[in-house]
Amino acid sequence: MFKIIKYSFYDLMRSRWSYIYFAFYLLLGFVLLFLNNSVSKAVITLMNVIIVLTPLIGTIFGVMFYYNSREFTELLLAQPLKRSTIFVGQYFGLAISLSLSLAFGLGIPFIVYGAFESSVIWNFSLLILVGVFLSFIFVALAFNIALSNENRIKGFGIAILMWLLLAVIYDGAFLISLMVFDDYPLDKFSLITSMLNPIDLSRILILLKLDISALLGYTGAVFQQFFGTSLGIISSLIVLSLWVVFPILRIVYKSKKKDF
Amino acid sequence: MINIKKLNKKFGKVEVLKDLDLAITKGGIFAILGPNGSGKTTLIKSILGMVIPDSGDILLNGKSVLKKWDYRNKITYLPQIANFPGNLTVIELIEMIKNLRNCATTENELIDLFGMRSFLDKKLVNLSGGTKQKVNLILTFMFDSELIILDEPTSGLDPVALIHLKKIFQTEKDKGKTILITTHIMSLVEEISDEIVFLLDGKIYFKGTVQALKTQTNQTNIEHAIAHLLTEENV
Amino acid sequence: MSIEIMRIFIFIINLFFSFSLFAKQIDVCSSCDVKSLKIAIELAKSGDNILLKKGLYNESNIVITKSLTITGENDPIIDGGGLTYIFQVKADSVTISGLNLQNVQTSYSQDLAAIHISRSKYFIISNNTFTNIFFAILVEKSNHGEIFNNTISSSGTHEHNTGNGIHLWHCNNVVVHGNNIKGMRDGIYFEFVSKSKVYNNHSEKNLRYGLHFMFSNENEYYDNTFTNNGAGVAVMFSKYVKIYGNKFDKNWGTASYGLLLKEIYDAEIIDNLFIENTIGINAEGCTRINYKNNTFKGNGWAVKIAGACYLNKFSKNNFISNAFNLSYSGRMNENEFNSNFWDDYSGYDLDKDGIGDVAYRPVKLFSYIVNKTPETIVLLRSLFVDIINFSEKVSPVFTPDDLLDNTPLMKQIK
Repeated sequence: MFKIIKYSFYDLMRSRWSYIYFAFYLLLGFVLLFLNNSVSKAVITLMNVIIVLTPLIGTIFGVMFYYNSREFTELLLAQPLKRSTIFVGQYFGLAISLSLSLAFGLGIPFIVYGAFESSVIWNFSLLILVGVFLSFIFVALAFNIALSNENRIKGFGIAILMWLLLAVIYDGAFLISLMVFDDYPLDKFSLITSMLNPIDLSRILILLKLDISALLGYTGAVFQQFFGTSLGIISSLIVLSLWVVFPILRIVYKSKKKDF
Repeated sequence: MINIKKLNKKFGKVEVLKDLDLAITKGGIFAILGPNGSGKTTLIKSILGMVIPDSGDILLNGKSVLKKWDYRNKITYLPQIANFPGNLTVIELIEMIKNLRNCATTENELIDLFGMRSFLDKKLVNLSGGTKQKVNLILTFMFDSELIILDEPTSGLDPVALIHLKKIFQTEKDKGKTILITTHIMSLVEEISDEIVFLLDGKIYFKGTVQALKTQTNQTNIEHAIAHLLTEENV
Repeated sequence: MSIEIMRIFIFIINLFFSFSLFAKQIDVCSSCDVKSLKIAIELAKSGDNILLKKGLYNESNIVITKSLTITGENDPIIDGGGLTYIFQVKADSVTISGLNLQNVQTSYSQDLAAIHISRSKYFIISNNTFTNIFFAILVEKSNHGEIFNNTISSSGTHEHNTGNGIHLWHCNNVVVHGNNIKGMRDGIYFEFVSKSKVYNNHSEKNLRYGLHFMFSNENEYYDNTFTNNGAGVAVMFSKYVKIYGNKFDKNWGTASYGLLLKEIYDAEIIDNLFIENTIGINAEGCTRINYKNNTFKGNGWAVKIAGACYLNKFSKNNFISNAFNLSYSGRMNENEFNSNFWDDYSGYDLDKDGIGDVAYRPVKLFSYIVNKTPETIVLLRSLFVDIINFSEKVSPVFTPDDLLDNTPLMKQIK
């Protein structure tokens, strides 16, 4: 497995898209930190970017990588390797390379800027952690979609639709249901609904670490009570991990059944 | 050596292999022939574990290979379309496959044989089809495997390379190896193959030597013999 | 019998002191002739000074009916020890300063205070320290007084069993400055107080409001700091107030305000800082208020106009890093927004005059939605919300379409 991760990773590290992705975050990091006088504001803007972009990039790269490495995959399939090794290895290769682009792309400006206050470091690390989680989740989802769809265009379409669903449509439906069921107690509903979508969950995790937590508390203390405690943080991280684990398990399962 | 029992495979509603039985007991070159869609590639891929059969069994040296992977240490495979990860160079790809299999190799002789020395540091994405096929051949023959499976090995090759390839076939055969080939070039079949396995509609329609085929069909030319097999089916 | 002798003794001493035409000083300490403040007060005449030296005095219910100056030397401690007042001032021109006052119990029937001033004029309460008290300074129907440089703290846990720091009722012309108030119910509380000034005070971590005034007209509040109070600062039912140069910060809480305005008319709110409050300013039923040169930074809502607000003017304010700059209920706008700096203004300034060429819309659709359904706040900063905000910006449907800053500034006002 490690060999596959290594080769997929090397392959990606040489592709120009990885550099573009890395350079994008590097630029973004420098621009935000050095043109903004407040670090916490930079963190908020970064959050907006990470919440939207890492899932999208993870999805697109995931699908593209899978389809582009089809022949390579067939080459590997004829080698004495387990199928799950091949696919999970390629998955990790991609997810790790995207995560590193993110972590270094944003980390380098941050180190250069030299904001080493503990609270800022913590916020920033959480941001990166969430970005890494989102990359892993969406690459896994994209792999699943690509594995189930031989037709590239269809696979690509479904993947984009999946992203759109989780990033936009889900929130739209969430918002509308909150407004429609205005008269009912909505605390638990909104807590659960936001836990189920990895993008929403990541967003709220970061929001609560920024000073906006009180704003969320404004609607009822449930959110703050839940996410404010270590139980809340731990269960959020568990939910995010499950979003990684289940798609990977499905990759393993699907790859065993698939004909090439 | 290889023993295939009652192999079935459907793709959707299309039955590609129907209760296919095949036994190859000795070394030699076996040409797997058949019209398009007869199940050649599916058969090969089933042996390789790339296609998962619906039912039946495939035994290699008496052991079932289904859902296994380490038996592939004894097989090398030359895929039909040689498309490699573009960002790697030729030598990196060779090193990588070596690394994955982790056994003795003879790539240097092959590199020289096919005149690929000067291409080693080129990226695969920049190579022509024929050159890629040479890389493909190097990757296949650099290992010492009992079973060699080749899907259209001659495509895109120049005559010189073809001559080298035939020589390689002969040496490997002399070592007692089993070589399965699919090809559309009947002259090659006639020249090198010990036996023909003719597939039609997911079944073995004929298995025997070239001579036996000719005798059975009363034809002197192999192409006609095969055409005859097909028309016989239609009668 | 002994009481009789005591009276005669006091009479003689009084007689002795009254020979002097000047104000006298009476020293009180454990080794002095007079060992108790109460006796000193009884001995003193109007206009005398009493100097309380270092030490612990277990005295309470000290009633002052003469114009006296009571000064502490080296922080003498007066321990009220229970369920009563420490000082009750019922005379004009009383000064109490430099004392450490402690232990006045919580009462549910009386507003017990360390210093209670009633129907007096020209009082001065300064440089005292109040600890573990119910109310610290309670003033009623008094005027022309000064309360300054006091330090008031209590460790209250609930609003109902904690008193106010400086509590004025029906007063006028009182100056309250330089006080440091912590952990009370309301830091400074005014009811029916007029023509007074409150400045340079620091009011922090009070359970309810840092400053709370009602029915108090023509007052000035400036250069105060109100930090981390349970509900911020609330001002209600008052006219002609001036609020300038104050800092309202870190009033984070589910129902916290930097400044809660209710039924305020003709006020000036200038040069204040509102930093990191749940709601910077919440205005309800306010008319003719001039908001100028304030800075709103890092608040949940910078300004929330809850309704019935007319003819207010917002100009030259800075809006920086707020989750929402402005929240408005309803589609009507009767207020003016001009020449403010909005940090999320995305227009351009082609003629380089420092004023954006395109008008700015301070109310976002999402802030309107959150107003209607508060639970939707969980969707803050989600992509969907950005999209609907954008579409509303392009063509306003739900938010007042005449609510515009036509001259948004390109640069922050220093």
